[in-house]
Amino acid sequence: MNSRTIKVDYLARVEGEGALYIRLEGDRVADVKLKIFEPPRFFEAFLRGRDFLEVTDITARICGICPVAYQMSALHAIESAFGLRIEGQLRALRRLIYCGEWVASHALHIFMLHAPDFLGYEDAIQMAKDHPEVVQRGLRLKKAGNKIMSFLGGRAIHPINVRVGGFYKVPTKEALLELRDTIQRARDEAVESVRWLSTLAFPEFEQDYEFVALRHPQEYPFNEGRLVSNKGLNIPVSEFDDHFIEEHVSHSNALHSVLKGRGAYFVGPAARYSLNFDKLSALAQDEARRAGLGEVCRNPFQSIIVRGVEVLYAFDEALRLIEQYEPPDQPFLEVEPRAATGFACTEAPRGMLYHRYRLDENGLILDARIVPPTSQNQKTIENDLWQFVPKRIDLPQDELTWKCEQAIRNYDPCISCATHFLRLEIERSPKDRAHAKETEASHYRHW
Amino acid sequence: MRKRKPKLAVWKFASCDGCQLSLLDCEDELFAVAGELEIAYFMEASRAVVKGPYDLSLVEGSITTPHDAKRIRQVRRQSKYLVTIGACATAGGIQALRNFRDVKEFMRIVYATPAYISTLEKSTAISEHVKVDFELRGCPINKRQLLEVISAFLQKRKPNTPPHSVCVECKLRGIVCVMVAQGVPCLGPVTHAGCGAICPAYDRGCYGCFGPKETPNIYSLGRWMKSLGSEDEELERVFHNFNTYAEPFRDFRASELQRRETQENE
Repeated sequence: MNSRTIKVDYLARVEGEGALYIRLEGDRVADVKLKIFEPPRFFEAFLRGRDFLEVTDITARICGICPVAYQMSALHAIESAFGLRIEGQLRALRRLIYCGEWVASHALHIFMLHAPDFLGYEDAIQMAKDHPEVVQRGLRLKKAGNKIMSFLGGRAIHPINVRVGGFYKVPTKEALLELRDTIQRARDEAVESVRWLSTLAFPEFEQDYEFVALRHPQEYPFNEGRLVSNKGLNIPVSEFDDHFIEEHVSHSNALHSVLKGRGAYFVGPAARYSLNFDKLSALAQDEARRAGLGEVCRNPFQSIIVRGVEVLYAFDEALRLIEQYEPPDQPFLEVEPRAATGFACTEAPRGMLYHRYRLDENGLILDARIVPPTSQNQKTIENDLWQFVPKRIDLPQDELTWKCEQAIRNYDPCISCATHFLRLEIERSPKDRAHAKETEASHYRHW
Repeated sequence: MRKRKPKLAVWKFASCDGCQLSLLDCEDELFAVAGELEIAYFMEASRAVVKGPYDLSLVEGSITTPHDAKRIRQVRRQSKYLVTIGACATAGGIQALRNFRDVKEFMRIVYATPAYISTLEKSTAISEHVKVDFELRGCPINKRQLLEVISAFLQKRKPNTPPHSVCVECKLRGIVCVMVAQGVPCLGPVTHAGCGAICPAYDRGCYGCFGPKETPNIYSLGRWMKSLGSEDEELERVFHNFNTYAEPFRDFRASELQRRETQENE
């Protein structure tokens, strides 16, 4: 039987280093591997022996795109170990800085990494030649997100101001209000962006996923809630280890995460949205409906619209938080370390991020466990490709390869987080294979 | 006739992506940069790949695998001017904490099947493998300084990135010294400038993202921090962070501080 391969040695427009390999036998998909060859960096190992106050500075360095997520999961896990709850305005400020990160990360992905696929451009700079207003608007959204993060965090990449117990320094009401005009303008532009995103062409592709996300009784989830799914999961975060397991496979430097007895699941904007539509602001709900989204989104290609809706929601929520803000009496609560284990899940831009720490009585880390969203989605990405390729098998090699890349980018994989590197290969018949070899050779020529 | 635009390449090794993100975070300047340079190889931003050689290569990340040790030499061969961006590329990054430990033990902690992992014993700076034309500090780099490096390259001059301490930046901003006024331990006196003294502006001490400044006196600062109540283990931890493998932070030991203090008292 004819065997052929689709492959991409180094997947572009994702954060980190990865590849894809697909082998076809006749018209049947025989193998799909999302390969992660980002070199491992061993964070869980060198966190051992560090002081609890250093943890957020260290975990931020796992990912330059979503450092706030790594800080938030770490903070809440350590605070849960110490029996500390952060309420009121300190809690609100943490929500606010997270809004900034969602915006910056989503806008980067929507406009610079994913939209070019829908319109057939290699990158956003080429796309900007024909669609300057769309790309410029996207950059303005991203800048507004970065502005929120820099204001509260000191800088947008690896912010310095969050700490266990609260913040090092909290803003005055006047200073915070200075953000308001920027965010109001950005919210209007976010509405425009959602409308524009709804005009893109989406492949017909719906799957019956098990969505997993946090759910909170009052809010769209950022830092708090129970872990729920559309297929019956409903647990406190502290039971994560009883329900989810990580597997180490040979083709990936990131661990694959599965739900015990059920297998692959889906985390990220589409899961959050589908499980929490009722908690979005009225404006975000209206624009989502207007964009043609239902209350559940099972087409992963439409996750680009969902990200747009979340950007809009994040601005809406940021405005609400700024308007209700009154400076807290103190920037942080006193922290009493104790020997204990703490857990937290927060919603990173790419989905649920689990941290667990065991600490000694002096607040030193004894062991750490971190489960990033991209490693949780790896298996679902592979499953999508198993289903996506067969109906498109007659497409020319280049086009099919590009479509597969786009399908991977639906998940905004952050391989820096999961560990880092994506290679894509699609195997075809012997004749096509000669062509593929040539492509591969040209790929390596400049190395 | 207009001259050919210089070709820019952005390379990634073991890192968090934050330093190359700094280029995409130049929302107002990105298109100006793309107007002056041909973005020829930048996988995080584009599928399009233009063949080398490249006029300017920006290198993010440290060398941690045998494959990457080979790859950086290939990158060097194709690059006329090679700039490392950030603490990983310039000093080995936070992952260089493994350099003081047994990497096999580290692998066992993180991965169930360590045999699948290929890694070197040490995480090292790019300059330990190939000649580097300029090193930009920071974890992450400052995007203003990145634009300065690119502008300097285009104008064929040396980038202006002062090697003095964070203390100078604090004074320039008019920030009251957190160490003197609040008794907060601060790495500012030995840390390379570049961030703009962010931490002291937020009432916390500097924690050394930009690595050692020129001629730092780490043991003198260590003694001051000790007098403010820092314990020996704490002092070792603060020097062993994102720039742990940069001289002289690499050699800081509490035992050496004690030896020096005893010697002075004698």
